Amino acid sequence: MLILHCPNCGIDADETELAAGGEAHLKRFGPGSGDEEFEDYLFKRENPKGVHFERWRHAAGCGKWFHAARCTTTLEVFGTYSAQTTEPPKEICDKISGKRPGWAWRLFK
Amino acid sequence: MLEAVSALDAASFNGFARIEEAGLRGMITLRGDLGSTGVKNAATGVAGVDMPGRREANCVGEKGIAWMSPDELLVLVPYAEAEHAAGVISRALAGEHALVANVSDARAMFYVSGDGAREVLAKLSPADMHPETFRPGQIRRTRLAQVPAGFWMRDTETFEVICFRSVADYVFGLLKNAAQPGSEIGYF
Ligand SMILES: [Zn+2]
Repeated sequence: MLILHCPNCGIDADETELAAGGEAHLKRFGPGSGDEEFEDYLFKRENPKGVHFERWRHAAGCGKWFHAARCTTTLEVFGTYSAQTTEPPKEICDKISGKRPGWAWRLFK
Repeated sequence: MLEAVSALDAASFNGFARIEEAGLRGMITLRGDLGSTGVKNAATGVAGVDMPGRREANCVGEKGIAWMSPDELLVLVPYAEAEHAAGVISRALAGEHALVANVSDARAMFYVSGDGAREVLAKLSPADMHPETFRPGQIRRTRLAQVPAGFWMRDTETFEVICFRSVADYVFGLLKNAAQPGSEIGYF
């Protein structure tokens, strides 16, 4: 069972209280962008075996969104952090580097 | 004028815990910046209790304030006062970015009481119900089986459980089933 710490209310919530919100840190391409950028924004997603960054919502709890960094193969959770950011915090990246040297995910490594 | 009635009209059940629909209770949703003096004063002024911290519920009788999320409070008042109290809060926050809604008729409340009360909720929710983890003065928003719910403790053996009115019958059924005599687990 996946258990994520909600940084908004401080509860360690199991996945039955959570709603998955898909991939994290998507940059929205809207009006004025090219077709290719918009297509990428809508449809192109990572599908990693290993380190992944996702959005989750504490749906049956405080109702708030947050980010989670975890491993898709082992379900190890590296950390959760605020929804109001465009990149993972340094301490979580450092922690991942300690456990998965050489990891890379989209723009981050 | 139509007379207001609660979802299950104070239906009750005696199992290894007692389940009782609470009847009409006043509940006001207040969303805004919980750090603002205006919001704190508006909520505490109406409820007559201290401002709760994160995941806390301060309740005295039918009045109280429960922390629902980083930007949401549930203000409890007697049902008959709810509409007036919501107006008082609204006017106090006229110049602030805030939302006030009387949700009394959108909700149902249950009392779950007795020695087995903790166990009844533990059967239905993923929340950690250990007596050292969940105590009077705290609130937990979670789910009961398949629907969202929240609860806090009025005293060491009485829980007040809230859910949406539309699922009141479902929740009553869940609570009754979980409290069936003979189904005690005796974990706590
Ligand atoms: Zn939460």
